[in-house]
This record gives sequence, structure tokens and C-alpha cells, in this order.
Amino acid sequence: MTRKGISKYTREKAAFSILRISLFLVLLILGIILYDIASKGLGVISWEFLTQPPRAGMTAGGIFPAMVGTFYVTVLAALLAVPLGIATAIYLNEYAQKGSLTRLIRISLRNLAGVPSIVFGLFGVALFVQKFGWGASLLAAGMTLGLLTLPVTVTAAEEALKTVPRSYREGGLALGATRWQMISTLVLPPAIPGMLTGVILGLARAAGETAPILFTGAAFFLPFLPGSPFSQFMALPYHLFVLATQHHDISTVRPLAYGTALVLLVLVFLLNLGAIVLRYRFRGHLQKGR
Amino acid sequence: MEATMNLKDKDFVPFKEEQPNSSRVVVYYDPKSNGTGKRPARKEKVKVEKLAFYYGTKQALQNINLDIIANEVTALIGPSGCGKTTYLRIINRMNDLIPGSRIEGKVLIDGEDIYGPEVDVVELRRRVGLVFQQPNPFPKSIYENVAYGPRIHGIRKKSLLDEIVEESLKQAALWDEVKDRFKDSALSLSGGQQQRLCIARVLAVRPEILLMDEPTSALDPVATQRIEDLIRTLASNYTIIIVTHNMQQAARISDTTAFFLLGEMVEQGKTSQIFTRPRDRRTEEYITGRFG
Repeated sequence: MTRKGISKYTREKAAFSILRISLFLVLLILGIILYDIASKGLGVISWEFLTQPPRAGMTAGGIFPAMVGTFYVTVLAALLAVPLGIATAIYLNEYAQKGSLTRLIRISLRNLAGVPSIVFGLFGVALFVQKFGWGASLLAAGMTLGLLTLPVTVTAAEEALKTVPRSYREGGLALGATRWQMISTLVLPPAIPGMLTGVILGLARAAGETAPILFTGAAFFLPFLPGSPFSQFMALPYHLFVLATQHHDISTVRPLAYGTALVLLVLVFLLNLGAIVLRYRFRGHLQKGR
Repeated sequence: MEATMNLKDKDFVPFKEEQPNSSRVVVYYDPKSNGTGKRPARKEKVKVEKLAFYYGTKQALQNINLDIIANEVTALIGPSGCGKTTYLRIINRMNDLIPGSRIEGKVLIDGEDIYGPEVDVVELRRRVGLVFQQPNPFPKSIYENVAYGPRIHGIRKKSLLDEIVEESLKQAALWDEVKDRFKDSALSLSGGQQQRLCIARVLAVRPEILLMDEPTSALDPVATQRIEDLIRTLASNYTIIIVTHNMQQAARISDTTAFFLLGEMVEQGKTSQIFTRPRDRRTEEYITGRFG
């Protein structure tokens, strides 16, 4: 049973060691990033930082308008992406004939998810800012972020619909349910938490995007909160970009930049945590029924 | 489809029953009437003429002429892939859902062509219930599973729903086991209980015909026995067609047996005759276990 050279057990050990080292490297890099941001940003986090607008040429004060702006623009993105994305997914998965056209639409959506966000930004300028005449505004930026999220939303919603067993659908139809009754009462309820999980993950990504809002509504500095959907606004990722590269005194505001990054990270983390909680409740639901 | 959607708008829509002479008499739901009541003996409920069925280019059934007698249990037997289940699913048009499938010939229920252009498929499926091979309760409570059918057919009144649920569960011989735990998830029931729940769910929409696709193949012997007893009891009020791989089961519970082989119906007759004096040599070989 002995073979020349390295034994299969040694090979296995080597293989697993490489895998383990890879995992460790990934965790290490992640840890360094988090530590770097947290250690340098934690110092500036204060009640004032979270509740006040920037002051003194953005060298002091807080980031409150940017937090509010990011919140608004994310909500607007959700208003576009959630209903439209879920409806599209239902149509594609439940109604559309399985053919080359459906396949083409699906491939296009997947490709759309890979389009660089700056391209979405340019598209938003052309359509919302100029063509629709909304100007650089919350609305234009929100819709642009919504479009960016849309392919992710559709894909996530479709995956959620696919997890609903065929036996529910057949059981419903065999009782004399119409297709829509079957979908609305048997397919959507178990699919909705999964859909929302995907939606939240998509929105979390959108909330951290800079490029799509850069030309469509984000402002360099505004000491007040946006008053209407057509106002310009400050946003966390753009504020960070400004503090890190555009400010006249970058080295002075560096701690503020780290503080902003930390707030943005925590925000995205909270959104993802929400998605995780939702997913666990969803699993419990399925086991317990309703 | 539209018509059925509109039904939901009204407060309560009684189940309709087709009368002979097509004068549609509206009968308010009465749980004690058990649907249609007794029918004259040996009347054909389903007539199937020169039926052929294709999945794409593959022919699954050819030249089937098989009538189903009202208020009897008809068993369909035959080896896997012989077309029994296909035949079953033609009767409530569940095969419509398969892309690329095609049907030829005629299927009549009470003299009406169910593949005719005027037919409301949704209403047809209400009249022709299907019990699946694997118990498939919805991930809802026991009560909601049974109330699901009546609800989608427009019944809103709580007291009426309660009545239907109770009556259906009693008919399905499940009432005593679940009456104290309506709110529990249907998924918490055992396999045999789940299957009886699925039968109750079908009975709740007051069908005329019950299709059963190997309803006990996923169950243990005790649960199987209960379902078989149930089928015998239900036969006095419903026309039942059951697909089974278990020949003893067919012999125990059916009045009529039809033997399918390679997409053809080889022989149909009284169950006692099929199992004692089959006319066709292939039937004899199958029931004596020489193949299949």
C-alpha cells in the first residue's frame, strides 16, 4: 500500500493547510481594515459629530446632514427598486414563457448588475437630471441608485421565488385557485422574507455608492437638511470622498474622514444585520408554519 | 379567470352545481348534503374517447377509451411510466401546466367536453380534486389549510368556514386528532395525518370527483390502512379514481380496475374479474407478478 513520494495523507494535510492559510489571510486583511478605520475614526465620534452639520470649512462639526441625505436617498432607491424588482421577478419566474426571449432578458439583467456604477451615474444625469428636468436632486440621485439596485433586487427576488416548492403551486392550482390567487397566497408569503433579504443587501451596497450620486445630486457642502425631493443633499460616501481628496486641508480633516467611514460602515453593517435577522426568522417561520 | 377573480369581491358565493338539463341551480352550501348526494347506479361520470397525449414529441398515451362510473372507486394499475398518472392529471387538466404537451380525443364529465373552448379550468379543478403522491400541506395552520379552498372560492364568513373545516376534517377522519390544535402548523402533523389533511383540503371545496395519485406510497402500513378505509367511506359520495402501484390495494378498495401498459389501456373490468379472470394475457402476467 505504500507509494513512492509523498503519501496521500501528507498531500491532504498540505491541501488543507493552504486552504486554512487563505482563509486566515482574508480574515487578516478584513481585520486590518476594520481596525484601521475603527481606531482612527472612533476618536472623533461624539454626540456632536452625529447630530451637527460640518462647521468651519468642514474642519469641525459633524456629519448629520450627510447621514440624513444617505438615509433619504436610500429610501428613494428602495421605493423604485423594491416594487419594480419584485414585480419583475414574479413576472419572469411565474408568468413568462420559458423561451429564448426570457433567457435573453435574464442574461441582460445579470449583465446590468455588472455595469460599473459610474455608468449608472452618467445615465442618471442624462435621464433624470437633464431629460426629466429634475436637476441635481435627491430624487434624481435616489432613482439612479434605485436603477443600480434593480438587477440585484430582481435576481434576489427570483431566487427567493425559486425556493418555494412546486408542490405548493400544484396544490393550490388543483384546488381551483387562479394563477394569481396561487401566487399571492401560496408563493409570495414564504418568498417575501427571502426577497427582502436580497433587497436589503442590494440597498446596503447602494447606500455606500459614490459614483452614481456624484453628478446626480450630492452636494460638496450644505449646512442644512434637504427640504424637498428636488433639493441637493450631502451623503456619507461623497462626504468621505470630499474629506479624503477634495478638501483644502486634507491632513487636518483626516480624522473626520475616518469618523465618516466608520459611521458608513456601521450603517451598512446594521442593514446587513437586519437582512440576517430576517433570514433567520424566515427559516423559523417555515418550520413552524404560521 | 376573470370571472373567478370577481367572485372574490362578493361577500359569499355559494358553490354551484351542474344539474342535468343545464339549468344551473344555485345550491347554498349545506355541509350535510355532501355535495351531490346519491346518483343512479352505474352512471358514467367521466367518458374518455380515443384519448392520446404527448409530452413534446413523446407519446405518453394512445387510443384510451376508459369510462369512469359515478360513485365508484376506479383503480388504475400498471408498471411505472405506463401513463396512469398522465391519464389522472388529464381529468382535471393539471397537464395543461406542462409546456409542449398536447392532447387528442375527447374527455367528457357529465357529458361536457372539459377541453372545450368555453370551459373554465379553474372551476373544473374545483369540481375535480387531486390528492398528490407526497402529502403537500401548505406551510400554514391546520385550519388555514382546509379553509384555503373555500376562501379562494369567495367564502368569507367565519362561521361558515368553521363549519366547512369541521365537516371536511370529519369526512377525512382527521377531526378527532386535530380538533384541539387547529392553530398548529400543518407541517407538525405526521405523514399519514398530512395526507388526510390534504384529502380534507380537497373535500372542503366540495368536488364531485377525487383523483388520487398513489396517495399512500409515502406512508407506513397503519396510515395506509386508514387512508384505504377513508377511500371506501368516501366512495358513497364521490367518484374516485386512484393510481396505485400496490395491487393488493387496488383489489381491496376498488370497484373497477383498469390496467395500463406502455401508454395503452389493456383491460378494464370489475376488480374481482380483473384479479381472478383477466381477459388479456398481459394483465394476467402483471397481476401474477411476472413483470412490472
